[in-house]
Amino acid sequence: MKRGIGKRPVVVLLGAVLLGGTMLGAAAGAAGAAAGPARAGAILVSHAWIRVLPGDLPAAGYARLENRGDESMALVGARSGTYRRIMLHESLLSGGMSEMKRVSHLTIPAHARAALSPGGYHLMLMDAVRPVKPGDRVPLTLVFAGGSTEKVTFLAMPANASAGP
Amino acid sequence: MTVPPRRARPRRATIVQGLVIALCVAILAGCHSGAPRAWRLTDVRGHLPDLRFRLLDGAGRTVTAQQFRGENVLLYFGYTHCPDACPLTMTHLHQVMVDLGPLATRVRIRFISVDPARDTPPVVQQYAAAFDPRAVGLTGDMTEIESLAKRYRVAFKRGPDLPGGGYEVTHSSAIYVFDTRGRARLIASPADTDADIAHDLRTLIGTEGSG
Repeated sequence: MKRGIGKRPVVVLLGAVLLGGTMLGAAAGAAGAAAGPARAGAILVSHAWIRVLPGDLPAAGYARLENRGDESMALVGARSGTYRRIMLHESLLSGGMSEMKRVSHLTIPAHARAALSPGGYHLMLMDAVRPVKPGDRVPLTLVFAGGSTEKVTFLAMPANASAGP
Repeated sequence: MTVPPRRARPRRATIVQGLVIALCVAILAGCHSGAPRAWRLTDVRGHLPDLRFRLLDGAGRTVTAQQFRGENVLLYFGYTHCPDACPLTMTHLHQVMVDLGPLATRVRIRFISVDPARDTPPVVQQYAAAFDPRAVGLTGDMTEIESLAKRYRVAFKRGPDLPGGGYEVTHSSAIYVFDTRGRARLIASPADTDADIAHDLRTLIGTEGSG
């Protein structure tokens, strides 16, 4: 998958490198050690869901992200065995116009929350390798600046779901 | 066309004053048959032309607006490769239909594609129906869609190619409400609540026949 990481704020990058470096070091040096699985710093992901649309139309992925760490983190994308292409997008509503644009990252400041949510930031999930139906559980790997990752199971929900799980 | 910002919630004293004033206004309004009704959405009556189009339904048949006279219409322009913003509005409109209860049978959601190059009749119909079982998806000739959009001052623009293929379409987010005679009556924005949209549809249904 081609990822356009683009330009990131230096502070985010530094924070992610510091945290990511620590985690990668722990994971590489002591797999299965007390530190637990490789985690994207201290990002806690919850309420992850996918709005499923008919046929092979692109779907949207949403989740709540909580950064319990002391360093700012930046979500830069995701990968999955279910979707061939995933992009981080943001929907904007201005001047009566609805626009969707590709963004390089979503910042989750230290000790703060951010969300992929309807009408805002979301993962655009394209080219599914098999049909995804409401009720399916779809594994996605969230990718953060610095290379750290977090495996998350997303619950597929119907097109007209008004809120996630 | 701009939509006024949402009103701040009034305090209790203000609500009481408001109710008293509203009562007086209602009594006075009773003397004037042409008095303005209390719409929560933007009243556009007389400012936009009647609903008129020649498009394709889900089966690829040509349909015109005249065939749907008799139903109040919630008209929204979007495209099916829109996984976030359009579903949010369509879900919102479905919720309005749920709120309306039995009155929902007098209202129809019509989703018109601004991306006819990708939105074939079956795709756009499946997309619309995924949000509300009675919703109708329409597509058609680009020239026809452009002229329909222009009539209601709806703008749309194809974005640049995305890596790996595909593109986004930037489009007006307004929801148009037409009455049973095809007259443009109200405009809602995605920021309007389900309750406000349902309120005005109830008012519209309640005044049917009174013109």
